[in-house]
Amino acid sequence: MNKKLDAEYYQLLEQIQAADFVLVELTLYLDTHPDDQNALTQFNQYSEYSRQLKAIFEPRYGPLLQYGNSPVGQQWDWGSGPWPWQV
Amino acid sequence: MWIYEKKLQYPVKVSTCNPKLAKYLIEQYGGADGELAAALRYLNQRYTIPDKVIGLLTDIGTEEFAHLEMIATMVYKLTKDATPQQMRAAGLAERYVNHDGALFYENAAGEPWSAKYIQAKGDPIADLYEDIAAEEKARATYQWLIDISDDPDVNDSLRFLREREIVHSMRFREAVEILKEEQNRKKIF
Repeated sequence: MNKKLDAEYYQLLEQIQAADFVLVELTLYLDTHPDDQNALTQFNQYSEYSRQLKAIFEPRYGPLLQYGNSPVGQQWDWGSGPWPWQV
Repeated sequence: MWIYEKKLQYPVKVSTCNPKLAKYLIEQYGGADGELAAALRYLNQRYTIPDKVIGLLTDIGTEEFAHLEMIATMVYKLTKDATPQQMRAAGLAERYVNHDGALFYENAAGEPWSAKYIQAKGDPIADLYEDIAAEEKARATYQWLIDISDDPDVNDSLRFLREREIVHSMRFREAVEILKEEQNRKKIF
């Protein structure tokens, strides 16, 4: 069973994708520039920002991560959509 | 271990049912320079590469799986509403009779994915140069796909993937310099 997806779903998802993209980019950069303190500061800022966005998204649209890395609440609905290729 | 995240790295939209474009895109799913080959190549090389670049190979290899899912999403969305007749008209009759609408790790010509596409030499410089070449070949493939594609929405996602190849290539080049520096330092003492 798929949850009802409103405009806000897509808006929030895109914000998360944008924030997490910064984190992917900074991760690879820091892998070869581990002493760049500015990049590390930016990484920590975006890490916190991403956590905040997911704290809004997940109670409404379900967990993003498995194995206990996202809150699941009182109902197991990991198997309910949408899956990424369905939206 | 790995943890799956229930989201695409970058949005994938398609304009219309277009099995012909899906036929071309499968090159980056199961082709020699595709995302599966990239992910498996880097993650396998990690075990014997010097410690200084294990993190980079782990993180780029993991990102390649996110790209694999983006390509799969494009192929799935472009073919999910296609009739058998449309599949045949797109040159996908052979794929259809074997797989119906399922995805499969093969290249645009229908050759199944092979470990012959990748190498692990155990020599860090040789391995990293292979990785740089792989990124450049993937970048070129994305350019040819953009040139031949008639779907502006798919092209937006393909441009994102093309740019990622450029960044990965740059990071691998830096990794080569890091290892060369370390080698030179060892020679002095």
